Amino acid sequence: MDLDKFKVHGEPLIYGAMVSIALATIGILVGLTYFKKWGYLWREWLTTVDHKKIGVMYILAALLMLFRGGVDAMMMRLQTAAPEMKFLDAQHYNEVFTTHGLIMILFMAMPFIIGLMNVIIPLQIGARDVAFPRLNAVSFWLFFMGAMLLNISFVIGGSPDAGWSAYFPLASLEFSPTVGNNYYSLALQISGIGTLITGVNFIVTILKMRAPGMKLMKMPMFTWSVLITNVIIVFAFPVLTVALALMMFDRLFGSQFFTMANGGMDMLWANLFWVWGHPEVYIVILPAFGIYSEIIATFSKKNLYGYTSMVFSMLIISLLSFLVWAHHFYTMGQGAMVNSFFSITTMAIAVPTGVKIFNWLFTLRKGRITFTTPMLYTLAFIPIFTIGGVTGVMLAMASADYQYHNTMFLVAHFHYVLIPGAVFAVIAGFHYWFPKVFGFRLNERLGKHSFWWIVISFNVTFFPLFFLGLMGMTRRTYTYSEESGFGPLNMLSFVGAVGLAIGFLLLVYNIYWSTRYMPRDTTSDPWDGRTLEWATHSPMPVYNFAIVPTVQTRDALWSAKQDNIPLYDDKKITKIHMPSNTGKPFILGVIFFILGFSLVFSLWIPAILSGIGVIVMLAFMSFDRDHGYYISAEEVIATEKKLKRGETV
Amino acid sequence: MKIDASKPLEYSTEENSNKIFGFWVFLGAEIPLFATLFTVYFVMVNRFASGPSASELFKIGPVLIETFLLLSSSFTIGLAIHAMRHGYKKAMMVFMAITLLMGLGFIGIEIDEFFTYVHEGATLQTSGFLSSLFVLLGTHGAHVSFGFLWGAGIMIQLWRHGITPATANKAFIFSLFWHFLDVVWIFIFSFVYLKGLM
Repeated sequence: MDLDKFKVHGEPLIYGAMVSIALATIGILVGLTYFKKWGYLWREWLTTVDHKKIGVMYILAALLMLFRGGVDAMMMRLQTAAPEMKFLDAQHYNEVFTTHGLIMILFMAMPFIIGLMNVIIPLQIGARDVAFPRLNAVSFWLFFMGAMLLNISFVIGGSPDAGWSAYFPLASLEFSPTVGNNYYSLALQISGIGTLITGVNFIVTILKMRAPGMKLMKMPMFTWSVLITNVIIVFAFPVLTVALALMMFDRLFGSQFFTMANGGMDMLWANLFWVWGHPEVYIVILPAFGIYSEIIATFSKKNLYGYTSMVFSMLIISLLSFLVWAHHFYTMGQGAMVNSFFSITTMAIAVPTGVKIFNWLFTLRKGRITFTTPMLYTLAFIPIFTIGGVTGVMLAMASADYQYHNTMFLVAHFHYVLIPGAVFAVIAGFHYWFPKVFGFRLNERLGKHSFWWIVISFNVTFFPLFFLGLMGMTRRTYTYSEESGFGPLNMLSFVGAVGLAIGFLLLVYNIYWSTRYMPRDTTSDPWDGRTLEWATHSPMPVYNFAIVPTVQTRDALWSAKQDNIPLYDDKKITKIHMPSNTGKPFILGVIFFILGFSLVFSLWIPAILSGIGVIVMLAFMSFDRDHGYYISAEEVIATEKKLKRGETV
Repeated sequence: MKIDASKPLEYSTEENSNKIFGFWVFLGAEIPLFATLFTVYFVMVNRFASGPSASELFKIGPVLIETFLLLSSSFTIGLAIHAMRHGYKKAMMVFMAITLLMGLGFIGIEIDEFFTYVHEGATLQTSGFLSSLFVLLGTHGAHVSFGFLWGAGIMIQLWRHGITPATANKAFIFSLFWHFLDVVWIFIFSFVYLKGLM
């Protein structure tokens, strides 16, 4: 075996990272042992099947990844801040922009949304759990292990370096000989399987486990957006599965899918990647629309304007999202007919999106608006996202795209769509639903400080990039000359990036500060909410609802509060069935990690052994006869009494 | 767990009917998976570089036997579910065993076919066409092999615990999977082999 390929050479920054990773790992291990928290960690978190805890773990992992991806972003902005910078070399820069894209979309935005979805969806539809709680844990651990696999790449063997879209032949073994793109194919594959399982799980949960009376057109908007998102996941992710498998075959076994000789076809990769990749954009954006709809209705104290058109616009967007993939490569020689078709379908997406924007504005009209932190993010989202949308229409015009193609204009556009469209939304949702999960609010003053830092710095960072793009600065350029004149705007963008970093650090400080000092919330409905999640205690008991609520109207809790409609049709509490904890999903995740790692380095014997391990674990899970346990009625009544007195359980 | 006696055993609890619905959604995801593999194959089918083309490679004999085995096994798994609905454990086990044996026969012939191809110099590495052929057939074959292990596991559980709501549910879901593989094979038989032999 060639030990040399595990090493990354000649980068002081990476050696520094290695040392800090090692120290942090040792610190965590020692800390856990010293404070005797191993048992707690295992019992309460690693083996949990509770959708709320799984959601919290998703969100924690996503926050960690936000900082990992953020450090990548800072390094890029620093490297391009001035002409002829010598901070990173070309190869390292390639790796940094590749992992920045991958991590932010697949290991930050998506898990953050899946985390919120895990915490909130069962509560919002009045269910006690998701349809398949253990499978839910499997999903989480596969996502987590995939994320870890990608993260170790930069210290062991080298990161992927062909861009997040990994175009062939650039990503082939010939032009990218390090193991980086092996990591790409395997880390994404493992976490992608987890995402697909989540998709199946939540479709069943939403369609089959809603509270009595909650017809489809009475579902809260966030639930609708999540349902549609999961349908997209189920149809789009298998394409990624295939594309990544073919990539792995090409790189590890020498097959000829994307080669330039022997009948391979590089454009096949571009098509497969974007047939998944474009719907992926909507997988992260549609739930954000749902979150904003909830927040706008709550803080305007009004019903959402145009509920039906909101639902239909999301359905149309989800359909169109599958018909636009080739707009990602207008310039790769596909002919005028094809470009026209994709140009028109792409522009058509602006129509349902515009409908949504106007619905939000009409909801605000004559509303009694309170400017809380989540509401501020929502209000900032509308104009910023509109800029992103309008520049998107500019890019959608195939002929004009020959001008902006692959320039910083494109980089500015998608950050103007994805940051307000996904990042603001998850932060808003995080502030909004935080008291539900933990029983206290985040500090509003700190929240607003961090909001202004983030929103202003965001514009300072990315607005200059539109002009840099129009001036001709191509993206993924690692350095440029003084004469190009790109210097000043890039410096401005770097200053903005520092501001963004401060904003996100304030957000984390807010979590720490609020955990220590914020008063506990005794009402369990701190925002005067409209939907069912606010009808149970905060933090909620493991069974969510002691009695399953009955729904009569769209905003069930709101009308219950306004018109005195009872949410519960009887006072009889009965025993509740719950699934028991299991360590098998975690162990399965670990085995998948070993499998992925072995394949990355073509270590066939451990790969075969862990492959068998996966099958054995699946068999173990199938033979498991644990059907969960019951919480007795007396116990439920006692818990409810305690929670009503404001005690924690 | 509440058991609803008016429904067949495999649907009789809420968990059971959720699982069956969930499996249908999963099969919904298998359709784009195989659709993508077929698309890749159709893109690649004429890109055989210096390697053999489809008509030079395929032989109808083994493929007909494979088709016969898989289609018949889809029928026998149906009989197994029929026996299950009547509570005939023994008959059910026999039909499941026949199903799995035919599946095993299918895998055996496919492996033999792969060896023949490789022996004739047609490998995964030879051309885009062969890469896509091996991966399409291999994915289907891997599904059948996984199905064999899965079905064997369910048989052990049936043998130990009898026909209960839990085992009936598992067997029924397995039968859905098996039928699905049959449908995929019909597409492979028609659009890969028959079209390739033309």
